[in-house]
Amino acid sequence: MSKYQVNDNGYYGNFGGAYIPEMLYPNVDELQRSYLPIIQSESFRQEFDQLLRDYVGRPSPLYRAGRLSDRYGTNIFLKREDLNHTGAHKINNTIGQILLAERLGKKRIIAETGAGQHGVATATVCALKGLQCVVYMGAIDIERQAPNVARMKMMGAEVIAATSGSKTLKDATNEALRDWINNPLDTHYIIGSVVGPHPYPDMVARFQSVISAETRKQLLEKTGRETPDYAVACVGGGSNAAGMFYHFLDEPSVRLVAVEAAGKGVHSGESAATTVLGREGVLHGSRSILMQTEDGQVIEPYSISAGLDYPGIGPQHAWLHKSGRATYAAITDEEAMQAGLLLTRLEGIIPAIESAHALAQLEKMTFGKDESVVVCLSGRGDKDLDNYMKYFGF
Amino acid sequence: MNRINELFAKKGDKRILSIYFTAGYPTLDSTLDIAEALEKAGVDFLEIGFPYSDPVADGPVIQHSSEAALRHGMTLHILFEQLKALRKRVSIPVLLMGYVNPVLQYGVENFCKSCTAVGVDGVIVPDLPMYEFEEHYRPIFEANGLSNIFLVTPQTSEARIRKIDDLSTGFIYLLSSSATTGKNLAVSEDTTTYFSRIRGMGLKNPVVIGFGISNQETFIQATDYADGAIVGSAFVRLLGEADYMEKIPRFVRQLRD
Ligand SMILES: Cc1ncc(COP(=O)(O)O)c(C=O)c1O
Repeated sequence: MSKYQVNDNGYYGNFGGAYIPEMLYPNVDELQRSYLPIIQSESFRQEFDQLLRDYVGRPSPLYRAGRLSDRYGTNIFLKREDLNHTGAHKINNTIGQILLAERLGKKRIIAETGAGQHGVATATVCALKGLQCVVYMGAIDIERQAPNVARMKMMGAEVIAATSGSKTLKDATNEALRDWINNPLDTHYIIGSVVGPHPYPDMVARFQSVISAETRKQLLEKTGRETPDYAVACVGGGSNAAGMFYHFLDEPSVRLVAVEAAGKGVHSGESAATTVLGREGVLHGSRSILMQTEDGQVIEPYSISAGLDYPGIGPQHAWLHKSGRATYAAITDEEAMQAGLLLTRLEGIIPAIESAHALAQLEKMTFGKDESVVVCLSGRGDKDLDNYMKYFGF
Repeated sequence: MNRINELFAKKGDKRILSIYFTAGYPTLDSTLDIAEALEKAGVDFLEIGFPYSDPVADGPVIQHSSEAALRHGMTLHILFEQLKALRKRVSIPVLLMGYVNPVLQYGVENFCKSCTAVGVDGVIVPDLPMYEFEEHYRPIFEANGLSNIFLVTPQTSEARIRKIDDLSTGFIYLLSSSATTGKNLAVSEDTTTYFSRIRGMGLKNPVVIGFGISNQETFIQATDYADGAIVGSAFVRLLGEADYMEKIPRFVRQLRD
């Protein structure tokens, strides 16, 4: 058993656990008991693999970005999660969870969403399976992300505005948890990242681990080696990074680099750099690192990318950070936007602004010419065109 | 024997009434005035909520009071400062209720010590799970003579209720349904079957029903099956009205008779 994976009590080191009110205990307990037997069963594996292949379009390509590699004097490989159906890695998780929900006999699905990517990925699998879908989204995000709201509605989902607190992702998550408390019998909550009470962080990481499983095979074909020297990914809650790191955690030769959003600067007061600004605490059911006041009130983060402005990180990331297994870096809005434009101009790929944070980190690293670097291109930039246009004044 | 145990030991056939309100709402300094008024009006014990930015078990009314209290600057440090005068003004049992993160930041041991120092008798932390409590915190609570109150819902298994009964030292907090705070209790055959099932278990701890108790009808229905009942959102709503201090006696009287 890897010391970087969850233990029998639901912890990664001292992070994780299930800090939930009694009302959620039966549902969370059911998941804790049943998630491994279900997702390791033959029928689940077959259906999951088949849907990832025929519906999502996996395996996603591992693309050696030639001009980007020249710029950094090394070998940069992009793991193309942006080419997945619905445009991001989020669907790997929602496919897994909808199959689980079906096997648990649940009839109604709820989810939270920030930028709307996870909401769209959830609405998509609910349409696919004919299940009722309710998505909670901060009232402010509903205004900022109109196209994704429209996509969810077109797929038959009900989108409910979270009007409490700061009216963004954290509050949407609160509303989803409240819904689950009030609907304890027929509802499954599809959490969108490696956060929440045990077993969610482990379950979501397992569904996203397809990213690094494929990467190993593809790297072997392309370079003759299964492992890269670096694996780089952005971190909101941390699901694409958890998937990118999963099969490299116990390979000490692979340096893991996680990139958080520094917003307008780590210490500007408008940032989402949780590992720098946060302290240990409990939010949304797990003990992790959290941006908070001295009194334990959660601080609202800021980033230009809606997918990265979450005040915490998943408990596995807190542990990878504390144990030193992975390095956590922070990239500002400005650096991310420039990296997004750079990739577009050098490779003809418009990345999601979230993913552009991972790309921007390359500027700050030095590489040997024979090394290989894998960057998780977690999503495409279509949803961000407005933001890019405004930022660069196109 | 702390004040909570004493209250239930002496209650006879009285229906115990508890009121919840959020510290720092409607104003930063209203906490003790409200507590004193509630005791004068005949309430048997109090639950004082300490606010948290992300109260997932609460409905809109208590969410609103928590947000307002935080805006007014309420913190655990300020609350304990205010509560230094608690036992000069209030003699009924007092519990603090809130979420685990502020307690962790204050330090669990410090928190328990501060509670005891100001005369708080018990604590309700809905998102502190039984497993964690047993594993890490039980000795600290016991050393400070502080009761930790656990919740039970219609979905809680019998085995788990027995375990909760073993761990509990004050009373068991029975939720009228699986719900966030502030939903009105709709008494149906299901709820009375559930209340009777719990009553029939012969638990060693008293049982108090909360969530959804908002008026005399629901108070009586709940206390037909349990030792007491707790009113929260309905009272917090009153605190949002003008002249709320003058309205407190009538509010309490109307619940009872
Ligand atoms: C494209 C993309 N990348 C990354 C993220 C951040 O999430 P996580 O850290 O869970 O991968 C999001 C979230 O919305 C996203 O849409």
